Amino acid sequence: MATNIEKDEVSGTPTTGHVWDGIKELNNPLPRWWLYTFYGCIAFALVYTVLYPAWPLPGGATPGILGWSSRGQFQQQMEAAATAQKGTVDQILKLSVNDILKDPKLLAFAQAGGAAAFKVNCVPCHGSGAAGGHGYPNLNDDDWLWGGSPDAIYTTLKHGIRYADDPDTRESQMPNFGIDGILTPDQIDQVANYVMTLSGEQADAGKAAAGKDIFAQNCAACHGDDGKGNREFGAPNLTDKLWLYGGTLADVKAQVTKPHMGVMPAWAKRLDDATIKELAIYVHSLGGGEAPVTQ
Amino acid sequence: MGAVTTTQKGSSSGGGAMAMMALWGLLALFAIYMGAEAVDTPFAIHMFIMALAAILALIYKARSYGQPAPDTSGYMDNVVRYGAIATVFWGIVGFLVGLVIALQLAYPAWNPNLEWFNFGRLRPLHTSAVVFAFGGNALICTSFYVVQRTNRTRLALGNLAWFVFWGYQLFIVLAATGYLLGVTEGREYAEPEWYVDLWLTIVWVAYFLVFFGTLLQRKESHIYVANWFYLSFIVTIAMLHIVNNLSIPVSFFGSKSYSLFSGVQDALTQWWYGHNAVGFFLTAGFLGMMYYFIPKRANRPVYSYRLSIVHFWSLIFLYIWAGPHHLHYTALPDWAQTLGMVFSVMLWMPSWGGMINGLMTLSGAWDKLRTDPVLRMMVISVAFYGMSTFEGPMMSIKSVNSLSHYTDWTIGHVHSGALGWVGMISMGCMYHLIPRLWGRKEVYSLRLVSWHVWLATLGIVVYASAMWVSGIMQGLMWREYDANGFLAYSFVETVEAMHPYYVIRAFGGGLFLLGGLIMVYNIYRTIKGAQPATQPVGMVSAAA
Repeated sequence: MATNIEKDEVSGTPTTGHVWDGIKELNNPLPRWWLYTFYGCIAFALVYTVLYPAWPLPGGATPGILGWSSRGQFQQQMEAAATAQKGTVDQILKLSVNDILKDPKLLAFAQAGGAAAFKVNCVPCHGSGAAGGHGYPNLNDDDWLWGGSPDAIYTTLKHGIRYADDPDTRESQMPNFGIDGILTPDQIDQVANYVMTLSGEQADAGKAAAGKDIFAQNCAACHGDDGKGNREFGAPNLTDKLWLYGGTLADVKAQVTKPHMGVMPAWAKRLDDATIKELAIYVHSLGGGEAPVTQ
Repeated sequence: MGAVTTTQKGSSSGGGAMAMMALWGLLALFAIYMGAEAVDTPFAIHMFIMALAAILALIYKARSYGQPAPDTSGYMDNVVRYGAIATVFWGIVGFLVGLVIALQLAYPAWNPNLEWFNFGRLRPLHTSAVVFAFGGNALICTSFYVVQRTNRTRLALGNLAWFVFWGYQLFIVLAATGYLLGVTEGREYAEPEWYVDLWLTIVWVAYFLVFFGTLLQRKESHIYVANWFYLSFIVTIAMLHIVNNLSIPVSFFGSKSYSLFSGVQDALTQWWYGHNAVGFFLTAGFLGMMYYFIPKRANRPVYSYRLSIVHFWSLIFLYIWAGPHHLHYTALPDWAQTLGMVFSVMLWMPSWGGMINGLMTLSGAWDKLRTDPVLRMMVISVAFYGMSTFEGPMMSIKSVNSLSHYTDWTIGHVHSGALGWVGMISMGCMYHLIPRLWGRKEVYSLRLVSWHVWLATLGIVVYASAMWVSGIMQGLMWREYDANGFLAYSFVETVEAMHPYYVIRAFGGGLFLLGGLIMVYNIYRTIKGAQPATQPVGMVSAAA
């Protein structure tokens, strides 16, 4: 252990006299700027702990003289946001969807609110562009299963589709023609070929001809004699080449054999009425919206 | 101190060796029994890996039985050599997996339809490979090297250092295979399950005994500052590891366990651990490395002894309280959040004390940066250390944190620290250490080191700036309201917006990995002893 204090020839600073494996240490003082910045940080910390909740004591922590709390801040911000929107939201709550459409200011507000709510609640199924996907309807076109007027969309949103917990939900059921043995596989093949012809798709002419009667007896009650569907039952139009569960012959046969029947939540359970109205107006504005039904 | 230079615990014959063989044999039988009784497949696989390791240890002991005792008069450097190779090896593994998961984030289709290799399982593999496998091996091997030289004594307790090395590799293998098999405690940076935690505890206690034992038999009256940092790292990590991993196994024959803590207390324990893994593993330990290798490489005295004392004690006192800043605006009580924040702010200068001592040690030797790329790498790493230890306290301030938290800004911050500070200081030390360990004058090609330095630096800058931009953008998008007071963006829109930055990040990571591969070649040629193919870029310091 060397204890000979020497002067470093480069800086002129004395060493501490220690040497470890050739490493020496200079006896420089703490850099002033370093020390004072450190003191400054400590002072900041002390002041901050006086202003804000900080020191845990028996019976609870010191609350800080500013009276700030994160829950309080959250509540304040939420209240401020609600207050800023309150006048407009109250009007939306009061008016019907059709009336909101007539007021340009309310309409713009509702469209913005609907767009925001759509991104959070609807995008997972209907897609970020509302173009839907297999089993989930495209909301941009004019092919509406349960109606495309503002009121109809509002009702669908509010009560959902085949949503068990809402007594007013949109309800209908297509029979399991295949697995319940209502039709034989041959008959299903025939009727599916007929359905293909309704929208001008290629089909076996012989089978399609045979399928026409089967359609009239089994399908027309809901889908109509002409196959154009019925919104009363959410029965799709079979003539427009728009297919929810696929448009190949195999897809149609599968749907007749054991139908998929989509479910949508009743949003009244999760969203307030103003948001549902905003959503209805936003969806209505996407491109396929139909004119309000006048009494 | 006493004049004892060697211990004979590891003699290769006699009763001690017999007892060791019996111990390994019993451990192997025990592991086989546990594996046979296992209630889940990953646990069985892990127990058979344990058994295999114990059998290998037994075979090694048996083969060396009766051989003449190895020479234990000089420094114990073979374990350091193994550690250096393990450091380089695990570094490349960690960087490579990092690049893979960066690509998986940029291109989700890169997640294969095999659960073992999707992002969720590879991500802890990446973090653990870099932090614990690469960083941990670098710390263990350099601490063994430094503690011997700065105390002029051989490592204490005979072959226990070998147990530490191999035991630690076994821990890495168990942790890594566990992640791929889906074994996890779900605690960030502490994912391995209870039985792996127990094994690491044994290894870590052995590490402490070797290091502390060596300090006790030192031949210097004072303990060099590098050793303070190494010791604080070893002791604190032991405490953090044990407390954070307290858990109750569902079955002693199964891999699943549940934490002893619940709710917000569990979260606080985890982040007390998580932040101090950064503080004591990635900061204190690597400062120990810096305090030996920078003065050595620059051949200059440490700038200020007093600064090293003050910043050491203030750093370790303040760091341990800073964890709650990971839980701002959560269920954690406000007072704990406040204390987490102010302790982080106070940490700024203590952290910078290490940077000042690192950089100012070069006064009188700055010209060496032009000619010595190894020193340049170390100095750049200290610069990144300074940058991230300013950024960290800043991000702990609640109003900054409300923007930065949960965004990629955090990822950028971590990587400027991990790639810049931890990675560069470790690799710089390897460039200095490996030629000396293998009796070469200098690394095979300083020109290649220079390439590595600039590739790595460029990679980090690309990486970190991409993450800053994408993180701040993401935070701003989350809180963006339109004129009517409605949220402007959905989450998925922020993900879409980040795609280009994810691609840039992967590119930056690729540059860093490329630099690492150049290092592998350079070190391979160094160890093989080939002469440089090109002239060195300049004179090398006469260090060491």
